[in-house]
Amino acid sequence: MNRFAELLDCLVLTPSRNGKLTLLVDYFRTVEDPDRGLALAAITGDLKIAAVKPAMLRTLVTERMDPVLFGYSYDYVGDLAETVSLVWPQTPGRIANREPTLGEVVAKLQAASRSDGPKVLTGLLDSAGISARFAIIKLVTGGLRIGVSARLAKQALADFGKVDVAEIEELWHGLSPPYTALFAWLEGKAEKPRNTALALFRPVMLSNPVGDGDLEKLDPADYAAEWKWDGIRVQAVAEGGIRRLYSRTGDDVSGAFPDLADAMHFSAALDGELLVGDPREATGTFSDLQQRLNRKTVTPKMQQQYPAFMRCYDLLQIGEEDLRGLSFRERRGRLEAFIGTLDPSRFDLSPFVDFANWQALEDLRRAPPHPIIEGVMLKRWDSPYVAGRPKGPWFKWKRDPHTVDAVLMYAQRGHGKRSSFYSDYTFGVWSGPEGAEELVPVGKAYFGFTDEELKQIDKYVRDNTVERFGPVRSVRADRDNGLVLEVAFEGLNRSTRHKSGVAMRFPRISRLRWDKPANEADRIETLQALLDR
Amino acid sequence: MPKLNRIEQACPGVSSLGQQASRDGIISYLEGMRASDLLHPRPEGLYCPPGDFFIDPVRPVNRALITHGHSDHARSGHGSVLATRQTLDIMALRYGEDFAGTTQAAMLGETISLDGVSVSFHPAGHVLGSAQIAVEHQGRRVVASGDYKRQKDATCAPFEPIRCDVFITEATFGLPVFRHPPDTEEIARLLKSAGQFPERSHLVGAYALGKAQRVMRLLRDAGYDKPLYIHGALAKLSEYYQSQGIDLGELEPATVESGGKQDFAGAIVVGPPSAFADRWARRFPDPISCFASGWMRIRQRAKQGGVELPLIISDHADWDELTATIKETGAGEIWVTHGREEALVRWCELEGIAARPLHLVGYEDEGD
Repeated sequence: MNRFAELLDCLVLTPSRNGKLTLLVDYFRTVEDPDRGLALAAITGDLKIAAVKPAMLRTLVTERMDPVLFGYSYDYVGDLAETVSLVWPQTPGRIANREPTLGEVVAKLQAASRSDGPKVLTGLLDSAGISARFAIIKLVTGGLRIGVSARLAKQALADFGKVDVAEIEELWHGLSPPYTALFAWLEGKAEKPRNTALALFRPVMLSNPVGDGDLEKLDPADYAAEWKWDGIRVQAVAEGGIRRLYSRTGDDVSGAFPDLADAMHFSAALDGELLVGDPREATGTFSDLQQRLNRKTVTPKMQQQYPAFMRCYDLLQIGEEDLRGLSFRERRGRLEAFIGTLDPSRFDLSPFVDFANWQALEDLRRAPPHPIIEGVMLKRWDSPYVAGRPKGPWFKWKRDPHTVDAVLMYAQRGHGKRSSFYSDYTFGVWSGPEGAEELVPVGKAYFGFTDEELKQIDKYVRDNTVERFGPVRSVRADRDNGLVLEVAFEGLNRSTRHKSGVAMRFPRISRLRWDKPANEADRIETLQALLDR
Repeated sequence: MPKLNRIEQACPGVSSLGQQASRDGIISYLEGMRASDLLHPRPEGLYCPPGDFFIDPVRPVNRALITHGHSDHARSGHGSVLATRQTLDIMALRYGEDFAGTTQAAMLGETISLDGVSVSFHPAGHVLGSAQIAVEHQGRRVVASGDYKRQKDATCAPFEPIRCDVFITEATFGLPVFRHPPDTEEIARLLKSAGQFPERSHLVGAYALGKAQRVMRLLRDAGYDKPLYIHGALAKLSEYYQSQGIDLGELEPATVESGGKQDFAGAIVVGPPSAFADRWARRFPDPISCFASGWMRIRQRAKQGGVELPLIISDHADWDELTATIKETGAGEIWVTHGREEALVRWCELEGIAARPLHLVGYEDEGD
């Protein structure tokens, strides 16, 4: 249990992706079954403990200590799990001489009935130390919130077993905790587990960006072009009555889109883009799509107002027949025939973009006909469907990013190699009436600049600090003073969380405008105009 | 009789009882007031009217008694300073030899009379030279703890509980969430990480007086025998600790001259926390930021400060030590100074011990 607790502690405090991967791989290597598999399930959200509810915790702790002192403590710490783990009264002599394993803890919690849940939890907390208590409470409350996604955990498994992450994704939905067969395979002690479950995920094929000079070497006649839709890449798989919608990393997102899942009356695997609207009439914008994202429950009204549909790119399987080995041209032919059998309000075909040469396509790419198109895709007619990101068969050629001139407002120190540099920048644009302009923050970026530029900005931040809040410095920024940053971004979402009402997608610093006076930076209206398109 | 005049001013009517009147009568009459006549807060710090001195004043005063050398407790510019020899030495190192008009060294346990008030210094276990100050007058004893801890520390004398009527306790970590683990466990985590990431350097943020030397000594006690690299701000104080017989092993300045960037790969570097946010830290390869402090108990606090390896090593008492110490002193009344007073006052109420916050200002958490 302590090893799992230690893992959680380290993951919380390790900001870098590579650092987290190292910690996870280390854990998988040194911890035995079933503990490592249970830890994995806790991280990916696949561990279910039914008998214990978070609300119980507060009751249990205030039965054991003065509620006023608990209140002071909770106010100070701000996190219930952490507060309870720290203030839980330690009964001397109650710590077992052998600490329970994660497996034992999980087994006890899962075996508990609703009525004896509190007693079981109390017993576990009494016999654990502070870190272990924190880990137990996190197991019980679910949602570890330790900055590790299921995707990252799968990458760690792939690193651990030196296999492609696509293989893990493909297997994943047929497996269940504690994943003993999976670990045995990754350690080379057993054959790859055979998947017998229905409607499994198929690792998706991804594209590479068009680089400088790439196109000169290619013959336009070898490639088909499609619009690149800026929705959510999904895979719809239906087989033997099981219907699943997967994200491109293999997460099951069916629950969020019951309207689309209901329309999957087929036995096939489709690759496409999830969008909202009615494909026969109008495709919704990204802001519309956002209404359907990250929701726990979907109301009928929401489904009616923003119906989900799938714009299909590819057909991977039909009945018993795996099409992935066929050429794109053949698969596309099969797809066109297949689409005709589906509900036209839920499925349509991604149209081709006709072009005679690269220059003609470039013109189309720059001025796409719909705001939710973010460029064009190029697919080789003769390419099979291959998992991962092979170089050559598929290219994405994105619309140029939007840019805005913004003023640096706050800077925060980075981590690791950048811990002595102010490297995370919050920037704003002007708003308010003439003569009373003020800056409103519109985004945050921490890359896009060179090491040399980082040094220059860092010096600027240190020389122009107005206030400090822990690792954050507020930088002098008014009509006459301020550093203008040219910020590039992919798109803009409406946001109720930010004062400016907008949130940038994928912002990065594209240029430092030392030459530009702060009062000539852009105004919020420039960004709002992008939203309303 | 200047003393009496002051008491008269503070409690009109008292003098009419006369000095020779029954002591018991006075005590019952003054119950709850008497201790605060002996010591009470003023803007400058804790003041003793009959002895005419301040304890740890934050502004220059005529006569100061200093518990320990941290800069929020020990300031320069007082007329005279009474403190332990080591605290005086540390003040001289920090402020220069002329940091006060005159100085007097207090031996631990020895009683000194100041205008009829008896004062004595007793080890506080906080940092080298740190002491509690017991103030005794007319049969009443008040002990000002200064900062203290109860965990064993090889770099200073251990805390001695003193029986008293009023105990003035610090409350830096006065919340039930603060529970410091054994320091040896924390150092073991540092050494484990150093083994896990031999290509990176470990930058340990630790306050220049006390914490830094304790961390170094703990590393030595755990068997780490490679040179430790230190920031310039630690040099004088660490040298002083060594001169006092506290072995810190081989210390090297963490200067670029002492080696190129790669020479710090795998090194443990100790410096004041502020230095690691500074340009100074750029000389180290892909550093892991560590911070030795009681605050590191709270994950979010560590995360917000960009600390990757928090080391919960504190020179202050944690919640359990605070409450245990209060009981050990047998004090009937507790005054709580700097820190999270309200929780400790609440605890005293639940235990049936009279308690109140003193609201002294000007003390930061330099020592942690």
